[in-house]
Amino acid sequence: SVSHSQITRLYSRFTSLDKGENGTLSREDFQRIPELAINPLGDRIINAFFSEGEDQVNFRGFMRTLAHFRPIEDNEKSKDQNGPEPLNSRSNKLHFAFRLYDLDKDDKISRDELLQVLRMMVGVNISDEQLGSIADRTIQEADQDGDCAISFAEFVKVLEKVDVEQKMSIRFLH
Amino acid sequence: MFLLLPFDSLIVNLLGISITVLFTLLLVFIIVPAIFGVSFGIRKVYMKTLLKIFQWATLRIERGAKEKNHPLYKPYVNGIIAKEPTSLEEEIKEIRRSGSGKALDAPEFELSDIFYFCRKGIETIMDDEVTKRFSAEELESWNLLSRTNYNFHYISLRLTVLWGLGVLIRYCFLLPLRIALAFTGISLLVTGTTVVGYLPNGRCKEFLSKHVHLMCYRICVRALTAIITYHDRENRPRNGGICVANHTSPIDVIILASDGYYAMVGQVHGGLMGVIQRAMVKACPHVWFERSEVKDRHLVAKRLTEHVQDKSKLPILIFPEGTCINNTSVMMFKKGSFETGATVYPVAIKYDPQFGDAFFNSSKYGMVTYLLRMMTSWAIVCSVWYLPPMTRQPEEDAVQFANRVKSAIARQGGLVDLLWDGGLKREKVKDTFKEEQQKLYSKMIVGNHEDRSRS
Repeated sequence: SVSHSQITRLYSRFTSLDKGENGTLSREDFQRIPELAINPLGDRIINAFFSEGEDQVNFRGFMRTLAHFRPIEDNEKSKDQNGPEPLNSRSNKLHFAFRLYDLDKDDKISRDELLQVLRMMVGVNISDEQLGSIADRTIQEADQDGDCAISFAEFVKVLEKVDVEQKMSIRFLH
Repeated sequence: MFLLLPFDSLIVNLLGISITVLFTLLLVFIIVPAIFGVSFGIRKVYMKTLLKIFQWATLRIERGAKEKNHPLYKPYVNGIIAKEPTSLEEEIKEIRRSGSGKALDAPEFELSDIFYFCRKGIETIMDDEVTKRFSAEELESWNLLSRTNYNFHYISLRLTVLWGLGVLIRYCFLLPLRIALAFTGISLLVTGTTVVGYLPNGRCKEFLSKHVHLMCYRICVRALTAIITYHDRENRPRNGGICVANHTSPIDVIILASDGYYAMVGQVHGGLMGVIQRAMVKACPHVWFERSEVKDRHLVAKRLTEHVQDKSKLPILIFPEGTCINNTSVMMFKKGSFETGATVYPVAIKYDPQFGDAFFNSSKYGMVTYLLRMMTSWAIVCSVWYLPPMTRQPEEDAVQFANRVKSAIARQGGLVDLLWDGGLKREKVKDTFKEEQQKLYSKMIVGNHEDRSRS
């Protein structure tokens, strides 16, 4: 699992972001990071840290969310067959990305949700019609049960060949 | 009570004698050499001794940690996670390539594109390039100050004694000495410049003004036990030029002005600072702005240009970052000083944080707390490099010129060259940067030729 020094380093990071010094982070604390503020999906990513209805996250919650991005190789060392699926499994990494699209958390990406996320990613540079047709095409390609929305299973199928392990993992330098 | 009386007068006598002795020593060993610009080399010996003690302390801590089998917390300046320096385009193409075998020259949208933004976002949450520049740099080995101690649990008895001795020396000997020196330096500056101000304008006044300033800055340098190494002094700024340097603390001014003659630029303050500013400007022209005038960029540019065009006036000293950064990087230079057309003399200042961290974290400490922290550190050790003068080339604009100067300073000082604005310490980042990202990404999904207007 995560090494002692990695936890110390992340705790040091957590406290440096915690400007209010009350042991929790608010959305403003995240938005103060310039490189995150300019990320088109910055707000969606920040949202992933907060549970339903909560607007503060403690260190445990912080680590829990970051744990999704541990490299999968780390699991080889601690093979726990009977335990719950680790947070950084391929499936859970995909689920994390799925939840970025699924705005209302109903386990489906509707046309409307896809449009909203696309709009965040492209800003004012693409017209509504074009964006609409992009969304339609994407749903058409992924949708298998004909409900004009993308379920998690359909999402996984579309991305089955993508190297999720590498693209959704962050390595510590030490 | 009667028995105490003879002892009382004895104590008072002893106190009086020791204060007199202290001040005589002060005068002979510190103030007089400062006035004439000579040095006994006491500070260099002090620095060498401290280094040896720090090395011993580090070995002790490492040995102690090994014995108890605890991992030692070592701060890493180069970041804690592996980041690839690839562009948005390259990354997204790579993600798409791994997802499907088909050729990907045609722009289109893929569900997997989100991985790029997601990972980049989480990377910046774990470790970003900007926010860490606004807090003091972490040290690799302990320097016997409790303020920089991250491995508190692994101290041995000998180390604690050494630390206690350090506290005694720093607070009971060095601090009063430094405060006395600072007091002397500042009062000499105020009285000296006021007196010189009464003289008629001319060569005599200029000469005296320069030397009064220099002398007082030299005393202030000793008040901080600043050990400065100047490099390439032949490139020192000349009249009619603008000297730009990276900004770490208000002490930068003292460090540069104790080795050359400058005209200062700044905002008018109240209190003690205001008194000093008003006195200084009597002796020679400095450029002080009222708070309201600072916002007016044209007025600022006009006054700066007027000053540099008068060759009889001293070179201006200015810090284009506009705020104090923690001396691990150089942030965006504001283009105002680079528009005047004058020769720019870049200077790089690099502090060695092991003896005392000079970074002025204005959001955490006030000026007085900051000065006290400076005066209770071991010393302020820094290197100053005078870089060869630069002028704006015809094909570059002020911003490009500013970036060129910034890169030269960063390279010389061994600092990271960042494009981010130091103002991000307090303000939010501008939306234009997010819009740039969105524009880049839009090109990837619809290409360049499509209609981009919003209906």
